[in-house]
Amino acid sequence: MAGIKKNFPGVIALAHASFDLKAGEVHALVGENGAGKSTLIKILTGVQKQDGGTIELYGSPISFDSPQEAQRGQLATIYQEFTLIPALSVRANLFLGREKSRSGFLDSKGESAQAGIILARLGLHIDVETPVAELTIAQQQLVEIARALASDAKVLVMDEPTAALTPTEVKALFVVLRELAEQGIGMIFISHRLNEIFEIADRITVLRDGTTIATRATSEFTRQQLIELMVGRSIEDEYPRAMTKPQATGLEVRNLGAGIVRDVSFTAHRGEIVGIAGLMGAGRTEVVRLIFGADNRESGAVLLDGKNVMIGSPREAIANGICLLTEDRKTQGLILRAAARDNFALPNLTTWSRLGFINKAKELSRFQKHVVNLKIRISDPEQLAENLSGGNQQKLLVARWLETNSQVVIFDEPTRGIDVGAKFEMYLLIGELALQGKVVIVVSSELPELLGICDRILVMRRGQLAGEITDVRSAKQEDVMALAV
Amino acid sequence: MNSSSVSDRARLKRWISDYGMLGVLLLLCVLFSILTLDEQFPTGKAAAESVYETQLYRLPASTKVIAVGSSSAQDSLFTLEVSKRITNATVDVVNGDPQVIRAFLEKSVSSSGDRLVIATTNAVASVVTAIKSQVASLQSAEIVSPLSRRWPTFLLAENIRNVANQITVIAIIAIGMTIVIITAGIDLSVGSLIALCAVIVTWLIGQWGAESAGTGAMLGAAVIGIVLCGVVGAFSGLMITRFRIPPFIATLAMMQVAAGIGYIISQGRPIYQIPESFIWLGRGVDPLFGIPTAVILMIVLYAVAHVIMSQTTLGRYIYAVGGNPEAARLAGIRVNAILLFAYTICAMLAGLGGVLMASQLKSGAPTYGLSYELYVIAAVVVGGTSLSGGEGRILGTLIGALIIGVIQNGMNLVNVESYTQKVVLGLVILGAVLLDRLKQRRMASVRT
Repeated sequence: MAGIKKNFPGVIALAHASFDLKAGEVHALVGENGAGKSTLIKILTGVQKQDGGTIELYGSPISFDSPQEAQRGQLATIYQEFTLIPALSVRANLFLGREKSRSGFLDSKGESAQAGIILARLGLHIDVETPVAELTIAQQQLVEIARALASDAKVLVMDEPTAALTPTEVKALFVVLRELAEQGIGMIFISHRLNEIFEIADRITVLRDGTTIATRATSEFTRQQLIELMVGRSIEDEYPRAMTKPQATGLEVRNLGAGIVRDVSFTAHRGEIVGIAGLMGAGRTEVVRLIFGADNRESGAVLLDGKNVMIGSPREAIANGICLLTEDRKTQGLILRAAARDNFALPNLTTWSRLGFINKAKELSRFQKHVVNLKIRISDPEQLAENLSGGNQQKLLVARWLETNSQVVIFDEPTRGIDVGAKFEMYLLIGELALQGKVVIVVSSELPELLGICDRILVMRRGQLAGEITDVRSAKQEDVMALAV
Repeated sequence: MNSSSVSDRARLKRWISDYGMLGVLLLLCVLFSILTLDEQFPTGKAAAESVYETQLYRLPASTKVIAVGSSSAQDSLFTLEVSKRITNATVDVVNGDPQVIRAFLEKSVSSSGDRLVIATTNAVASVVTAIKSQVASLQSAEIVSPLSRRWPTFLLAENIRNVANQITVIAIIAIGMTIVIITAGIDLSVGSLIALCAVIVTWLIGQWGAESAGTGAMLGAAVIGIVLCGVVGAFSGLMITRFRIPPFIATLAMMQVAAGIGYIISQGRPIYQIPESFIWLGRGVDPLFGIPTAVILMIVLYAVAHVIMSQTTLGRYIYAVGGNPEAARLAGIRVNAILLFAYTICAMLAGLGGVLMASQLKSGAPTYGLSYELYVIAAVVVGGTSLSGGEGRILGTLIGALIIGVIQNGMNLVNVESYTQKVVLGLVILGAVLLDRLKQRRMASVRT
């Protein structure tokens, strides 16, 4: 791909982007949100058309008018969102749209045989007749890749393929990717997780503001350099640590239990940042959802500043000054097709309305105050939430909960899917909240992140608290993992 | 370009996409106006005024005027008005069949040799001309009749009133349906609720004095009917919130239940035993401007609903619940209460529609409102509300209802038969949804 240009009304998404992929290499594409990664991939795979520039495959110019055409051209894409049909079997999903048939009848045997071969190639040993819904997320991810392989793809495009995977699953996936590379398949790998990029990529291309900034072998980058190239300025420290001074006990959780969560008790102080670590499925999210009243708890109590608060619903939690920034902004946090201002106002409407009538002027002024304070980049208060970048979406939700005057702020995966620059701002914000004397709880799968910003880390294993790391500054990732597994 | 003009343009764009259907409505009105352009003859008082202003205002004193008209009410008004207007000449008046007119004219000629002017309505103008050619003594008589003008039948005040009257029931229920659809639901029971409420109300009036029932009894019956419909709606809402039954299924079931109860109460027969004054709501007009009561009611309800949806917390919550129920719940909104409200209010408005229809038809029958849910949903969809929830405008729905009313009325005026009308209406609904999809796709492609 050379000199690709793409304009949208009002914005230039790609100014001069170039990219090349060799057979048998893993090539990482990195950049902040809005740098043009997604647009470049969409053009490559035929979802959108470029306004300028050329694309060549094995030396001959190509131009796909649709994703179907791209697939026939041996280019397969694995999107962030799964595209499998849960109720259908693995085999049916693998051959969806290009079923093997003999005189009109489905050739199940032939499909099963080929499916078995492909899955074995990926090290996935499952019955091909299992419905996809019964697979783990990691297995589903592998089935997605298997589907791409079933189409004899020579080029694999992977957009955040590890977002839903646990570290062990990521390791297994990388082994498979290496084998595929040895078989001559070229892979484009997009991820916000820099550790993974350094682990798997042969080469890295950095995009910024729609332009290719650099393409080099991975060994020629340091982590620091890569981040600075992405954001276009120098960054002192990836994880800014706030000078927090933990005060009196703010939140106390006693014997919390429901579902997989059993007997979880801990305290968190005002002005303290408490991290919750653990493997996927250890019950981290479940615990904070119970505190917030999002799910019904079977046992236990929540105390706020020493007082027992009855929390049976998010509504009651909010009234008591507890808020939760959910792990999935798009399905649990935002109303995507509503205005940013609406999303901000939702839990706060009653504070600026009388007899049910909304004081819109007050609403707008409150919103704009937060937009300035939190540096939310937005063109218009009426801009739809879905059109904001991940970082700005997250800030919008923070603004919402600051307005409710929350005393306990719980972040579940605060930096998932947001770019390096926005992550940094999010860390500063989390520190700021603690300095204001709030109780801050951060759930994260990113251990370096927890080690970098928290005062204390609780580690969960199979629904229970497995231990606590108090001396965070000298702790290592291995110390946390030792408790988690 | 500065930021304020960008946001102004964005706002304008949003307004156009919200109310773009208004343009379609206006286009339809223009189209039907052109298609129905025709010679329009004034009638009644207006006809008399026209004749007087143009042809009779300066008559010599020795003139004799005969005002002629058929026995219809409009023609009687005409002759009366002519005789009132003309003060400086003698005026005779005759209303009746051609034979009566002929006899009168033959008799009145002989009296004098004065100038004779016959002022006739357009209804009997040709009769009078024929009589003149046959009766020798009338040869010198002048015949004057109201002048016609070219004007679209579609735009006659009477026709506009017709359109408005036809859509009131659908438009009022469509308010509730819009709210339900914004919550990402659907209510299929509204058609049956029209019938149920009409039957309950007329049956109650029958119990409380029948033809001689007082205003209090009628009002009480209407309130009870509407409240009972609300109970049915609340029950649907409960099934949907408590037991997670899909709205389509829950309200489909209630549609059958409500229809069945309507038949049981009325024993399958229409109920006619209600006082004459009951038609006030459905057929009455306000004394000042002649606007139908039902239309005033509709406009008031739309105004209230628009304010609720755009200015109040309740409205915001309704949009939020439709946009993302889980996110709304986690933001502290009582999602179930909002849904319950939506289905209850929709059913109550359907009940009001039933009262209105009973009043228009001066009877209550279990057959009312058949497949009305489809017209109501069509009005909402044509009005730009997305069936996927979270988006939509109340005033858009009013425009949608008007579009459907105008198309039906216009096709009637240009003599499109009813089977073809169905085809056209179906295509219009499809076109509206298609337009909505294209709009969304364009918005999606602008995303960066």
